[in-house]
Formats: sequence, structure tokens, C-alpha cells
Amino acid sequence: MAKNDLMSGSLWDQYSNKVTTLMNAPTNQGEITQEECDAAGQKLIVADFGAESCGDAVRLYWAVDPANDTIVSSKFKSFGCGTAIASSDMMAELCIGKTVQDAVKITNIDVEMALRDDPETPAVPPQKMHCSVMAYDVIKKAAGLYLGVDEGSFETEIIVCECARISLGTLKEVIRLNDLTSIEQITDYTKAGGFCKSCIKPGGHEAREWYLVDILAGVRHEMDLEKMHNAADAGPAGNFETMTLVQQIKAVDAVIDESVRQFLIMDGGNVEIIDIKDSPEYIDIYIRYLGACNGCASSSTGTLYAIESTLKEKLSNKIRVLPI
Amino acid sequence: MNVYLDNNATTMVDPAVVEAMMPFFSEIYGNPSSLHRYGTASHPAITKAINQMYKGINASDKDDIIFTSCATEANNWVLKSVWFDKIMHGEKNHIVTTEIEHPSVLSACKFLEDNGVKVTYLPVNDQGIVEAHTVRSFITEKTALVSIMWANNETGMIFPIKEIGEICKEKGVLFHTDGVQAVGKIPVDMQDVHVDFMSMSAHKFHGPKGVGALYIRDSQKLTPLLHGGEHMGGRRSGTLNVPYMVGMAKALELATENIQEKMATIAAKRDRLEDALLSGLTDVFTVGDRANRTPNTILISIRGVEGEGMLWDLNNALIGASTGSACASADLEANSVMLAIGADNELAHTGIRLSLSRFTTDAEIDYVIERFESAVKRLRAISSSYAIVQPTPGGEAGEHHPHH
Repeated sequence: MAKNDLMSGSLWDQYSNKVTTLMNAPTNQGEITQEECDAAGQKLIVADFGAESCGDAVRLYWAVDPANDTIVSSKFKSFGCGTAIASSDMMAELCIGKTVQDAVKITNIDVEMALRDDPETPAVPPQKMHCSVMAYDVIKKAAGLYLGVDEGSFETEIIVCECARISLGTLKEVIRLNDLTSIEQITDYTKAGGFCKSCIKPGGHEAREWYLVDILAGVRHEMDLEKMHNAADAGPAGNFETMTLVQQIKAVDAVIDESVRQFLIMDGGNVEIIDIKDSPEYIDIYIRYLGACNGCASSSTGTLYAIESTLKEKLSNKIRVLPI
Repeated sequence: MNVYLDNNATTMVDPAVVEAMMPFFSEIYGNPSSLHRYGTASHPAITKAINQMYKGINASDKDDIIFTSCATEANNWVLKSVWFDKIMHGEKNHIVTTEIEHPSVLSACKFLEDNGVKVTYLPVNDQGIVEAHTVRSFITEKTALVSIMWANNETGMIFPIKEIGEICKEKGVLFHTDGVQAVGKIPVDMQDVHVDFMSMSAHKFHGPKGVGALYIRDSQKLTPLLHGGEHMGGRRSGTLNVPYMVGMAKALELATENIQEKMATIAAKRDRLEDALLSGLTDVFTVGDRANRTPNTILISIRGVEGEGMLWDLNNALIGASTGSACASADLEANSVMLAIGADNELAHTGIRLSLSRFTTDAEIDYVIERFESAVKRLRAISSSYAIVQPTPGGEAGEHHPHH
């Protein structure tokens, strides 16, 4: 939320002129009949996607020339809002003249791009992006019918965000490489989840097979496990900064045992480690003096300096020692 | 012709109301709490406004009517303060409401649920109302409050407030009603019903936006939502908004005087519109028995025509209407009222609400009938629901496709 979000704005004013024009007068609206196709020696394909109960439904008609698999004519019928009708119309338009094999490559992003007035300005606001996804789905269905194959076979990778067409593989890689920890970051890096928001978590407009929250949690879990494995494999010889907390405590104790504790005990005192906190700049080690050390003038000057410099030298330059 | 048929969303401010408000901006602008003449100059107008409010809903002099910034504030005030008074600092833990309340009630209830309150959301019947015996069966020893709207914004259906009030009185449970869609549209008589709290909003009856009120029976305890300078007896602080109080009261007076006549005039136009649409179009139905509806409201379902698409065509025809369904709203949900009344799922996205006002003319109704029918004709010509050529075998929409 900030100034630009205070007024939700008019949904319809964000439509491109092309969307408005096609909603008002769709050019490919209509049906193709079996008789027409029989007369022209073409094959009729009719495919449905969506349902009225879901708020949008589309029926796509193709007349295909069987000699070269070319879509000679393409029409649609649609139950839906303005952007659903305009997207269906543009989808039908993009199919005309293409082979069935090429038409399958048309994505919802192609439909949305074709509806733009200028290449830089989206044709519809984010929450309407899903309207063109249905256009993409119905093409796959029609192609599957014509080619006699399962529509799922056209999908070579798992698409998590349909609106932005971001695959599961891409998401996992981006999370890992950039060490992302939030959904907002994922959207910033990939645009996934930035449109109809169905893929973020269950309960949105559409039920999805994969959700960003689960993918993020899964990758983070894998990354944590890997970190622990690496740290465990490296043992006490490993890099202090990448050690687990338990390893860090053990390492600090070992250094203190080896170089400091005997001198404190000689003076009737001791020291215990209370906590270790990591920040980008420092690793803060909280200690508590025991016995004679507690209240000793040197405990906040010379002794503290000795402990800190020993730990810095043996473990990490980022260490700060803070008595409580 | 420009025709505004979205009067359940908001109304035009009656020019007579604007006129009544005008002196209190730049002429009589003193703070009513001040001791000097500039402050006290507004007192007669405030007294008059209070009297108009009490008369408008026939409140007893023992009751309070407290001006608020809007009905959302009034609804939040009741829910959150009953929570504070009876649940946090009392023995109760339960609130009863309905599935089809205004978001200011439902969201506040969700917030209370997140804070440990048990909330029962009662379903509505096929008429879109909650029956009194249903309310009775869900009240328990632990129930602090029943909050049920007087009339619904989507359907205009009027709830059995008198019966529900009797049940709450008998059970010793507080009863709040969101009266926003009832006040100014139908007779509201607070001495005829047992209601503890009632929310109102001026802009639903030709008053200005930004002012509402809460009726409180017998001036009973309800911890303030807004603490501050002890305005309105400390019940709702904030400098008195004199022009808006005057405007709301004037609007209520205008809406409620001769209300039976006004209702009959609006209902005649509404019925003519509804009859024309039902007879002129196939595969349409309206929700709820007319006799038990606010006289200005029609919720009509048009098979094969998606609500937002219909609004688009009506808007092109300069007609303002509304749909509670689908794509138009950010959450893309089906119309919750349509689902609640048990309409077929296919029809949940086809609801269009037409809501008239006393300013709606016969010529406007004629124009809407004509343009509504031509919009339905155009959209059904595009609609897959009315397509003739059937899918290639195997090309039917799958059972488990992700849109739901």
C-alpha cells in the first residue's frame, strides 16, 4: 500500500482500445458447421473449455485443411466478461492461417501481447490476465482432438503461474540462486503470482496443482538441509560463518577451553557462552563471566579484548564478544 | 439517456438536502462545543436534526441515536464493543450473524474469530432470508450478540426483524441490525421492534456520503469505538459534523414522510420493469418474493450472460447497474447471495442488480427495458451457452479443469 494504491481505479479504464473494440464488436464470433466443412473438404474441430459455473467458458471452432493441417477458419463462442470475449476473439484470430502444430505454440502471453495498443502497456489489468489463459487451454484441447493426442502432451514443463507462464524449474532455480525468502521477492524476480494470484496459495480464483508458498517452503527446506549437510561434513575444520549454531557453540567453547579458560580459572573465575546471533556484519557472541571474573575491572577491557581477539583469529573476523 | 439504477450502492443527494447543508459550511461554522456565539449558532440546527432522526425511525426519547462517519463505523462499533464488553470482560464467547451480511459486518466478524470469538454464519433460504426459527436454534447460553441485516443489499429481501427481535429479547441476547438498506426505503419503527442497535447510512437515502448513525436502545452500555473529546455524551468523539448531520436528518425526513406513498410509486416502476424483463426475455428469473422486498430492488439472473459482460453493455448504453458476481470484483468470486439462495452454479455469475430511487422516471424505465433486452440479445449471440454446434467427441469441457 502506498499513494498509488489508495484509489483502486477503474478496472475497465485499464483495458486497451483493442480489448474494448473487440468486446464491443468481436470479429471472429460465430460457429462453423459440419455442413460447411464437408462442402469444403475440411475437418471440423470444436472444443470447450471452462464452464458457466466458473464465470467463464469458451467454445473454439476450427475448420482445418487435412492436406496441410492448416487452420482455414477459426471462430469462437464465449460466456464471460469483456476481457474473456476479447481474448477469445484474438485467440481465434491468431489461429487463422497457422498449422495446428504451430497454433499449439500460441500462449496466453501471445494473446495478451496482441491485444496491446503499444508493446509497453499491458492490455488488461493484472487481475484480468487469467482471461487469456483459457484461450491458451482451449487451443491445446482443439489441437489434441485434431492430432489424436492427449492435450497434456503439448506441455513439456510444469507451469506454476499461467498468467506469466513461469515454470516450476525456473521458480526453483531463481529462489535458490537469489536466496529468495518471500513471495513478494519471487514476484519481483519472476512476475509469478503478480497477476490473478491464484498460484500464490490455495483459496484463490483457481485451484492449482502447485502453489508458490509450497514451492518456496520446499526449496528453503532443501537449502537448509544442504547447509547442514555441508556444515556437518566440514566439521570443526569448516568455515565458522557457515556452521550451524550448535557447531558454532562447540567451536567457540573449544577455542576458549584451549586458550582462555585456564587463565580465568587460575584467577578464580570462569566464562560461559549464552548465545550467538548472526547478522550480515557481525557474529555476536554473548558471554557471562562467573566467579571472580564477575565484576573484575579487566573483564570489560583486557580480558574481553583477549577473548575477542583469540576468537577472531581462530574462527572469524566478524566476531564480536559481548558480555551481558 | 443517462439512467442510474444502482441506488443500493449509493444515491444522488437530494438538492433539498444540499440546500439544507449549505449554511453550515461557510456561514455557521463554529465548533458546537465552543461557548461563544459562533459555536452555539449551530445548536438550533443540531436540535432540529436530532428531532428529525428520532421521528424518522420513531425512536423513543430514552434511546440514543449517535451520528457516526458511516454505517461501516456503526457496524464495527457494535461488533467490537460487544466483544470488548461481553466477551473480553464477560462470560460470553459467541456471535450469531448471516452468510450474506455487508462486508463491514462479515470482515469484523472474521477479525473477532481470529481473536478467539465463536461466530455462527447462518445460511439463507431460497428466498434469500434467514428464518426466525433458525436464529432461535443457534442462540446458546454463550451468545453475546445476534447481528442480522434488516434488508439485503443484493436482493432487497426483508428479514423478519420483529420476530428475531422477540427471540433475542426472550433469550436475553443483544440484537444488532444493519438497517442500511431498510431505513428510508421501508417503514422502520423502533418502537414496534425489539432492536438494541441499528446502523444507518445517509447516502443510501439521498443524503451525503460520510455520515451514518447508530441507534442504541434505552441508551444502554456500549463502550465507545472512538475515544476523545466527549462529544455526543462521550459515546462517539470527534467534532460534530454539523452540515452532514443536518443533511442526513433532512434526507431521512424527506425519505420517510409519506413513505407508503413513496414506496408505492417506486414499486410501481420497479414492478413494471421487472414484469417487462420477465416477459420479454426467455431463461431469466428474479430472486425473492416481491411482497417481501424493498420496493426499489431487482436481482435478475440471465442465463448465458456473464454479469460483468452485461454491465459492460449496459454501461455502453449509459445505464449504471451492478453485479455482485465474479470478474468485476477483485476476489473473482461468484455472487455469494446467488449461491446462498441455492441458485444453480451455472447461474451464480449471471446476476444483475437494478435498484431504483424516487427520482427514477417512467421514461427511464422504458429506455432500460429496451436497452436491457438488446444487450441480452447481443451477448447471447456471442455466448457459448447458446451455441448450436456441439463439441467434437472428447472436446467437452473437462470435469476437473482448474477454473472453479
